[in-house]
Amino acid sequence: MNDAKLLAGSDACVFGALAAGVRFFAGYPITPSSEIANLFARELPKLGGKFMQMEDEIASMGAVIGASCAGLKAITATSGPGFSLKQENIGFAAEAEIPCVIINVMRYGPSTGLPTTSSQGDFMQTRWGTHGDHAIIVIAPYTAREAYRETGRAVNLSERYRIPVIILLDEILSHLRERVEFKEEDIVTVIDRKGPVPGTPYLPYEDTDDMIPPFAGFGDGYRYHITGLIHDKTGFPTSDPGTIDRVMRRMNGKLDYYRDKIVRVKYVDVDNADVLIVAFGSVARSAEEVVRSMKKAGKRVGLLRPVTLWPFPDREIREAAAGKRAVIVPEMNLGQMVREVERAVAGTVPIHPLNRIDGGLITPHEISDLIEELL
Amino acid sequence: MDAIHRKYLRMDKLPHIWCPGCGNGIIMGSFIRAIDRLGYDQDSVAAVSGIGCSGRITGYMDFNTLHTTHGRALAFATGLKMAKPGLKVFVFMGDGDATAIGGNHLIHACRRNIDMTAIIFNNHIYGMTGGQYSPTTPRDAYATTAPYGTMDPHFDIAKLCVGAGASYVARGTSYHAKMLTDLIVEGAEHKGFSVIEIITHCPVNFGRRNELETPVDMLLWQKDHALRMAKAAKMTDDELKDRFVIGRIHRADIPEYVEEYDRLIEMVRKGDTDRG
Repeated sequence: MNDAKLLAGSDACVFGALAAGVRFFAGYPITPSSEIANLFARELPKLGGKFMQMEDEIASMGAVIGASCAGLKAITATSGPGFSLKQENIGFAAEAEIPCVIINVMRYGPSTGLPTTSSQGDFMQTRWGTHGDHAIIVIAPYTAREAYRETGRAVNLSERYRIPVIILLDEILSHLRERVEFKEEDIVTVIDRKGPVPGTPYLPYEDTDDMIPPFAGFGDGYRYHITGLIHDKTGFPTSDPGTIDRVMRRMNGKLDYYRDKIVRVKYVDVDNADVLIVAFGSVARSAEEVVRSMKKAGKRVGLLRPVTLWPFPDREIREAAAGKRAVIVPEMNLGQMVREVERAVAGTVPIHPLNRIDGGLITPHEISDLIEELL
Repeated sequence: MDAIHRKYLRMDKLPHIWCPGCGNGIIMGSFIRAIDRLGYDQDSVAAVSGIGCSGRITGYMDFNTLHTTHGRALAFATGLKMAKPGLKVFVFMGDGDATAIGGNHLIHACRRNIDMTAIIFNNHIYGMTGGQYSPTTPRDAYATTAPYGTMDPHFDIAKLCVGAGASYVARGTSYHAKMLTDLIVEGAEHKGFSVIEIITHCPVNFGRRNELETPVDMLLWQKDHALRMAKAAKMTDDELKDRFVIGRIHRADIPEYVEEYDRLIEMVRKGDTDRG
C-alpha cells in the first residue's frame, strides 16, 4: 500500500470495487463515465471476473441484479441520462433487496445536457429516482484516494444491508488524475453477505432481529422466489395489508436502524468557526481551500463534508451549525442539498445557497467572496 | 394432479391467477414435462420471467425463480447465467414483454448466444392490462386500443430471432402440447441461445373480440393454421397466407458466449492479450 500511484477518480473506483470483491460489471458506454467500464473490461478477466457490455443502460442494471442473485458482487457505472434509464431496475433491487452498486458520474442536465462538463444535479435523483418508498444509500467521495476506499465501503454496505448503494462522482473527480498515497486506513476489508443457516428452514425475507434477511444465491440449493411485487417473508406476492405494512417498514427501516454505521461526515475546523460551509464532491475541494486560505487571513471558516449523502447527515449538520453566523451551501445545481440543510438546521441559522450551473467548478474565490460579504 | 405436478409445481400457490381457458397452463404443463424428461435437478434450474400474465409462471414452479421487470427478463438472465454458468436458465416472456418493451434485449440475446432458453408466450395481445394490441397482433384485429382494428404491421417472432442470430429457433402452439415438450427439450439441449415461440390463446382479451368465441375455437384455429416445415415448403405464398410454420425452424452451430468468456479469462491469466 505504500507506493504512490497516479490515479483518476474513475480508476480508483474500479480498484476499490475489485478490492472489495466485485467480480461482475455490466454497463453501457456513456460520457463521462466510460473510463470506468474500460478499466473493468481490462481488469476483471485477470481476476476471473466478468465484464459485459450490454445493449443499453436498462439491460446493464438488469444483468447486475441477475449476477448478484447468483452470488457475485456486481457493479455498474453510468451518467445522467443512463442513470435515469436505470431507475426502474434500481427500484427492483431495492424492493427485492439485491445487493448492487451503481456509480453515477454526474454531468449537467436534464436530458443530454452538457455531457463533458461537471455537475451535482443528481443529488435528489439518487435518493428519489425510482418510484415508491425505498431504502438507498448514496456516497460521494471527493478525491481519488477517497473514491477507492468509499467504493470498497459501498460494496460492503450493499452486501451487508442488502440495499443498493450509489457512488456519486462528478465529471471533475472522475477525470482528475492525482497522486495517491494509500495508507493503512485505505485497506478495503471484504465483507460478504449473510447466508442462510444450514440445517434450518430458509425464509428468504425472514424478519430477523437484525432486519437483514439471509441471502441464498441461486443454485445454492435453496429454491425460492424473487419478485418486484410486494412480497411476504416467503418471497411470494402478498396483498394482505398488515403484511405489506410490516414488510415495507422493515425494508425502509434498515436505513434508520443502521444510520450511524452508514453516515460518514468529515469536519475541517468546524468547532471555532463563525461560518460553516457544507459541501460535497469536487466542490468540497474548493471549500477546503477556502477554509485554509481564510484561516491565514485570520477568518474562522469551517467545512462539514458529507461523505454519505443519503441517509442525509442532518443531525451532524444541525450540531455543527449551532451558534454559527451563517451556513453556506455551494453546489453545482440550482439548490438541491441546500433544502436538506435547511430541513436539518430548521431556521436556527441563516443559510446561503451558492449555485453554479454552467458546467464549471465553483471556485474557492466564489465561496470566499460570499463569506466576505457575510462577515 | 399426478406425480409430475406435485414434483415441479408449488402446489400451495395454486390455483393460479390465469383466466379459465387460458393457454398458459398448457405451456407450464409442457415445460415441467420437458424438465422431467431432461432430468435436470430442480436446484440447478433457474426460471426467469418478465411482467404480464406469462410473468406469473415463475411463481408456480419449484425452481430458482426470478420475476423481474417488464421486458427485462433476458437482461437479468444474462447476469445470472454469466455469474453461475452451471445454472440451466429458462426465460419466460410474453409477446409484448419480449418484442415491444424488451425487443432490444431479445435481439441482442440472439446475437450474443448465451446458453439459455427463451420461451415466448405469443397470444397476440396484452392480456393482463385488458387487451391492448401488441407487436404481434394481426393487422385489422380488434383490441381495446384498436377499437376500429389495428393498423400496425406485426412481427414474426421466429423470423426476427433467426435474423438477429439466434442459434436455435422453434415455434410451437398450445394446441400441439406434446410437440411443445419436444421442442423445449431440444431447445434446452442445444448449446447456445434458443428461442421457442409459442402461439397460444387468450380467449378473454383476444378471442372474444375477434370472432373466436371460446378457448376451443382458438385451439382449433391453431390446429387449422399451423403447418409443418416440410409441408409449407411445397406450398405457394398465396396458400401460406395466414398460416404459420411449427417445429424446429433454425439451428446453427455458433460459439457459445459463456464458454468463450471462460476461454478469454484463461488467456488473459496466461498473459496473452489478443484473442485473435
